[in-house]
Parts: sequence; C-alpha cells; structure tokens
Amino acid sequence: MLTVRQAGFAGRQGGCAGVTFSNVISTGWKTTDGKRPPAFLVASSAAVALAALIPVGYLLVRSAGAGTEWIDAIWRTSTAVIVGRTFLLIVLVTIISVAVAVPVAWLTVRSNIPLRKVLSVASVLPLVLPSFVMATTVIEMYSPRGVIQGWLSGLGVNELPEIYGLGGATLVLVLMTYPYVLLTVRGALRRMDPALEEAARAMGYGPVHTFRAVTLPMLRPAIAGGSLLVALYTLSDFGGVALLRYQTFTSTIMIHYELINRTLAAALSLALVIIAVMLLLGEGFTRGSGAYHRSTVGAVRSSRRVDLGRLRWLGAAAVGLPVLIGLVIPVGVLIHWLVRGLLNNQELIPLLIPARNSLFVSLLAAVVTVMAALPVAILAVRFRSRMSRLFERSIYIGFGLPGVVVALSLVFFGINVAHPLYQSIWMLVFAYGVLYLPASLGPLRSSLLQVSPRIEEAAQSLGRSQWRVIFSVTIPLVMPGALAGGAMVFLLTMKELPATLILSPIGYKTLSGSIWDAASDAFFAKTAAAALVLVLVAGVPTAYLTLRGHGDKSGVSDSSMKFGEASR
Amino acid sequence: MGNSIAKVLRVSVVITLYAILIAAAVSCTSDKGTSEAESLIVYSGRSESLIAPLIADFEEVTGITVKVNYGSTGPLAATLLEEGKNTPADVFFAQDPGGLGAVEALLAELPSDILQSVPKWARDPESKWVGTSGRARVVVYNTDMLTEADLPDSIEDFAKPEWKGRIGWAPTNGSLHAMITAMRQEWGEDRTRDWLEGIVANEPKIYAKNTPTVAAAGSGEIEVGFVNHYYLHRFIAEEGESFAARNYYTRAADPGSVILVAGIGMFEESDNKETAERFIKFLLSASGQQYFSAQTYEFPLNDNAKPNSLLPAVEDITKPSIDLGDLIDLAGTQDLLREVGALP
Repeated sequence: MLTVRQAGFAGRQGGCAGVTFSNVISTGWKTTDGKRPPAFLVASSAAVALAALIPVGYLLVRSAGAGTEWIDAIWRTSTAVIVGRTFLLIVLVTIISVAVAVPVAWLTVRSNIPLRKVLSVASVLPLVLPSFVMATTVIEMYSPRGVIQGWLSGLGVNELPEIYGLGGATLVLVLMTYPYVLLTVRGALRRMDPALEEAARAMGYGPVHTFRAVTLPMLRPAIAGGSLLVALYTLSDFGGVALLRYQTFTSTIMIHYELINRTLAAALSLALVIIAVMLLLGEGFTRGSGAYHRSTVGAVRSSRRVDLGRLRWLGAAAVGLPVLIGLVIPVGVLIHWLVRGLLNNQELIPLLIPARNSLFVSLLAAVVTVMAALPVAILAVRFRSRMSRLFERSIYIGFGLPGVVVALSLVFFGINVAHPLYQSIWMLVFAYGVLYLPASLGPLRSSLLQVSPRIEEAAQSLGRSQWRVIFSVTIPLVMPGALAGGAMVFLLTMKELPATLILSPIGYKTLSGSIWDAASDAFFAKTAAAALVLVLVAGVPTAYLTLRGHGDKSGVSDSSMKFGEASR
Repeated sequence: MGNSIAKVLRVSVVITLYAILIAAAVSCTSDKGTSEAESLIVYSGRSESLIAPLIADFEEVTGITVKVNYGSTGPLAATLLEEGKNTPADVFFAQDPGGLGAVEALLAELPSDILQSVPKWARDPESKWVGTSGRARVVVYNTDMLTEADLPDSIEDFAKPEWKGRIGWAPTNGSLHAMITAMRQEWGEDRTRDWLEGIVANEPKIYAKNTPTVAAAGSGEIEVGFVNHYYLHRFIAEEGESFAARNYYTRAADPGSVILVAGIGMFEESDNKETAERFIKFLLSASGQQYFSAQTYEFPLNDNAKPNSLLPAVEDITKPSIDLGDLIDLAGTQDLLREVGALP
C-alpha cells in the first residue's frame, strides 16, 4: 500500500550526514531533525516578519486611545452574529473554490481537453478583476431586474430570486478567489513525480481511486495553502460584500472608516487580526507534516496526459463554466458599458500612462515580494522549528486585513519612522509586499517541499557552504514556485486599490486607480475601458507564465529535459 | 544542465537591477517636480473623472502645477489625520463637509473675500472651509412604476407602511447622514427617530452607496431611493434618455430636498497658502462655477454662473432654510441610526 507518508519517510529519515554545521542548538530554534539555520537566513526572515507585523503594531497604537468605547461597540453591533456570518461566508467560499479549482487544475494540466491552452490562461484571469467591478457586473447580470431577467421577460419572468446576501457574495468571492487554489494546485500537479501514481495504477488501482489515494494527498499542501489565501481574502474583502449587501466583519470596519471613526475601526481591526490568527491555526492542522519530495535517486519524468476520450468535451465544459461566469460574462458586461457609453458620446481617458505605471509597479512588487518571501520559505521548510513557523505565520496576517488598514499603518510608519520613503514608489511597493507576501510564500513553500533536501545535502557534503548551497542549488530549484508566486503577486497588485490610492506618489496614476475613479461617479464607459485594459495587460504575462514549460511534450520521457525540471 | 540554472539566475538578476534602475529614475523625476516653487498639492475626495478638466484649466490659466492625490473622502481624511502636521497637502477638496470637519483642527482660517463669495449657509461657521458647489438630496424614482404625481409631498410620508418593500437607501452614506442631521434640526430628535423607525420598518433595500441605488431605481429593483441628485444625470449621459429613473425634489420644504455642498479647506502648515487661495478662488470664480454647473450637473453657489438647464433653479427647490454649519453633529446622527438598527 502506497501512501504519502511512507513515500516521504525515506526523505525524512535521510538525516543530516552532511550537516554538522553546529553543535549548539537553542530551544526556540530546535528543528525537527536538529539542524541549525544559518544566521543570515534567520536575520532576513526576522526582518521580513517584523515588516509584515507593522499593521498589527499600528493597530495597537491606534486603538490604545479607544478606551472602553470599542467594548460597547462590540456589544452593540451584535458582533457574534457578524463574526458568525463572516465565518459562514469563509467556509462556503473556501469549499466551493477548492471544489472548482482542483478539477480545473487537473483537467488543464493532466488531460487532453480541447482548447486546453486557452482555458489554462483564461481560468486564472478572473483573479485580476477588482472586486467592485466583479460585483457590479454580477449585479448587472443576475440581480432581480438584471440582464438575465430581461432575456427571460418574454417567458413571463418578472423578477429573479434575490442575488443579494450570502448567495451573491459567495458567487462573487468564489469567482475572484478560486484562481488562488488553481495556481498553487496546478504548480504542484506539474511538479509531481508521476512514479507514485504509476505505481498505484500498476498495483491495480483505477484512475479515480488513484486520484483519491495518491494524487489528492500529494496535493494537500497546495490545496491547504491556496485555501488559506481564499479564506484570508474573503475575510478582508470589502467591495464585493458591500455591493452584494452581505455584512461581514470587514464591511463593518470599513463603515467605521467611512464614518471617520478611526479609533473604533482600529480596535475592531484588532479583533479581525484574532480571526486571521484562528484561520492560520486551522490551516496548520490541515497541513500535516509529511514529506512530498522524491525520496530515491533518479530523474522525474513529466506526467503523461490522460486521454479522456469522448469525455474530453465534458472536461472542457467543466473548465469553461467558471471561465464563462468569471471572465467572459464580466468582460461582456464591460464591453457593453463601453459601447453604450461611446454611442452616447462619452469621452474616454488616455490609459497609456496608467497602464505603464501599473505594469511597472506590479512587476517591481512581484520581484521584491518573492525575494522577501524566499528566506522565510526556506527557513519554514528546511529548518522547521517553532520560531520558523512563527515567522511564516506572521506574514499571513496582512493578507487578512482590509487594504485600508495596511495602507494607513504604512502612512503612520512613513510619517513617523521612514519619512524619506513616504510618498515614494518604494513605500507603495513595500505595502504590496506586506499585503501579498503570503501569495508568493505558498507556491515557494510547496515548490520547496517537492525538492529533496538530499540534493542540498549532497552539495554541502561536497564542500559548499550553506550560504552557497542556498544560492546555487535551492533557489534555482524553486524557480517554478518563485515564478508562480511572483505571478500571483503581480496579478493581485495590478488590481489592488486602497493601498494604491493612499500610498501612491502624488499624481502617480494606475489602472486600478483609474477604474475606481471612474466607477465611483458612474462613468461606466471609462470604467470599462480601464478594466478591459487591465485584463489585457495582466493577460499577457499570465499567458506567458501559464504556457511556459507547458508545451506539448505530453508523454515524452526524455533526456533533453532541463535540470530544473528533471530534479523536481 | 548548469547552464540553464545560470541563465535563470542571470535573467532574474538583470530583471531586478533593471526594475530598480527604472524605479530610481521615476522617483528622481518626481522629486524634481515637488521642489518647484509654483506648485500645489491637492488631496481630493472628488474623482478625477469629475474635476481633472477643471484643474487642467487652472494650470493653464495660472501656470501653476497642481498635483492631486485622488481618493475617497473618508480614507483621505483618515490619511490626513495620520499625517497630521506633516501632510504634504496644501488643500483638501472633499465630497462633503463631514470629511472637512474631521480634519478641521489641521485647517487654516480662510480669508473673508473667499468666504463672502458664497452664501452664508454654504460655509463653515468657524471659517475653516467653504462650499464649492451645491447638490440636492432627492428621491430618485422608477418611471415605469411611478409618476411624480404618485409621490408624496414630504419625505416624511415614505415612513408610512404603504411604502413597505419599495424603498432603497445607503445608510452609510455621508450625504444621507447630513440629510438626517437636517431632520434633527428641523423636526427634533423624536420626530426624526419616528421617521427612521418607520423607514426601517418598511424594510428598505440597503445599498453600499448612491451609484448602485440609482442603478437599482433604473432597473426597477426598487421604486424609490434616497440619493444625491447628480448621479442620475451621469446615468442618463451614459445610457441615454431611456434610463428609467428620474429625480423628484420633494414639494414640501422639508429636509428631503436639503441642499448640501462639496467643499474645500487649506492646511495651516502649508507653505503655499497664497497659491492655495488662488486655487480656491478659481473654483468659486465664474469659470469654476460654470464648470460645476455644466459638467458635473451641480448647483453653482454664486451668481457667477448660469444654472444647468437640466436642473431646476435653486430658487425653485422648496428647501428648508438650514445652514450647513448647523449640520456638524454627525456623531449624534450616527448614534440615532445605530439606535434604530440602520447602522452597525
């Protein structure tokens, strides 16, 4: 019987023949196998974790003046009900996102569905639509008197059931967040050693049983990592839930910011931090501690693609459905707005500079964020200890907070500590880093889990220092994870709004800013033009990254494969 | 095999360095910009789509460079409170007096010639801000379901049970709060509370802000909505005359058609107060007021500009006589809204 745990057993046991780096082990740093992390790794991870905790520090300072007002506020606002509603939404969105994303990932990586490449790219793109745009298009289509009702009115349908509330909020959030799971699971599927699945098949397991007993457990870290992002995003979302009239904890906080009760808003945000920590602990339970890399010597082939036969059209339809609802229909609504506005002589605005700025700052954010996440990921995977886990977890908190909170905390930081950086592009990039470190950490982490530490140990036993091993062996091997993580940060940054508005250098125009600006005063044609440019600009790098190394070498077990792929 | 690692590394190092270089270049150029003497930094809660052409006019006429930080009035006010006296902003151009009130401690007193150029009701009694354009509260109604004759004279009547399930509103919206504050002034606390309780009992649909409320009135999702007047004109401009909603300015002189303002104030710590004053004067000049009237469908605040032909004349709106300075107790209004369960 073949299980993940057994498959990984040899790797865990592999011990540290080459690692006699130190004899002194402090208790907080006690790793499961007694290795001691190099100082530069600890120092850089600590710096990253501290930076990521700036928002929490700010919230403590800001709510210190709140007195007991916030306790009254918590009683008054029937917080228990709102927290319950928030958790309900999180659970629903997370479960449905996983249920959508895992099959889509498998079908686009491992099967021969028609239009596979197009669908691979398109299925990621709903991620790039800002939540208020997605929500507005959803309302336009499916609301009681929306476009669909208009189509059906000939059939005597005068009103559709309510889209508002839990149902609509779930729909909008699933569409925007399933790509997180999709991207991480797809990465894991591509790097997975097919030998395990083949062994299961050879032992007489059917394809479904193999998927359940071997593939799915191997995907566990990727699913857990992606789900955590989904859950935290849902916790932090404001635009989507506000427009769909579902009150969550974050929308309550945002109301207080709108009403300029910032002390109360800060105190309630601290409670949000506690919810985020609970989610992090929950993910810790599902993650497990198995090993996911190959434990024996030899090269890994890429997986054979499964021929679905006539079912492949069904497969394409299954991938096509979320693409239709999450991308094609919203883009259709945007085109409708654009055409309608142009027919009514609405003016558009030049978008070249915002597009260039968005592209540039998002690329910069992606590079910087991945570089910052790397030491944390290596520490967390290779030197597992209480401290490394603490560092890793602390960087997730920013992702669960509303963007406004993170942005204001950096205004506070910029004005009081880092004044030269304030209102510079670096402060903006810093904010994106604090917000999106977790998005790059997940793929890096699961990529690293699939690399056997023995390769590093071999290099070390051949005389390379730990420092050099990390640069010459570990980093090149996690490049696919770095690219996937960078891509996610890039896409998220392209659409980020609150921090972009608050921290951009004055006069620095971005696409997301232009979309918001036009939408806030009902300039629909302008909104649509900017949102369509956003989809196009984000689509190109997404296509490149998705199709990269994704060519048609199905079933070829070859010797010409690149090292980076061969040793995954 | 080793080659491809080296290649990947090389490429990523090059990309990084390249990115850093460009960033440095970008930040250098922006530094040069701010060191110019004749420039002005505006924090604007009004959108670029609405006011960028006006600001371009100002730049052209005066040769002054204006840099604008656009955002929502609420978060911008929060940002200003964090920045405090270190704010780079010279002026704050806000969507509503509430945002200006929140940062009033940072604002400088305005000279009297600026204050005198708008009527007394449209400026701060403490002289810290001045209104720049007027907007009326209205009832937006769906024209397929209702005609203006179906609508009651006073906003007070929408609290009657016959309106159950037909109303939409945005209970977090600052302008709605200003209207309710006006009700408290005009009607007193008890009558306002009764009205709010009646509205809440009518189970109004709750929208995030004005725009989706107007959209819902247009689609027939709601029959009436309580909004600011100018959004409707944006919808008609985008969708054409067929957009199935219109504004109703309540016939009775009650807070249902109170006129509010967008406003502006300048910061005490600004080194640029003269330029700031020029900017504010420009907004209140004939060309500024004409712009608001013609382009943003708002009411001019002085006789320098012609009113928009799509709008009723301000004199014809039966509005209550309320000074905006009387509407500062927004906290009391929020408490009342919480009391009736309309706000968390």
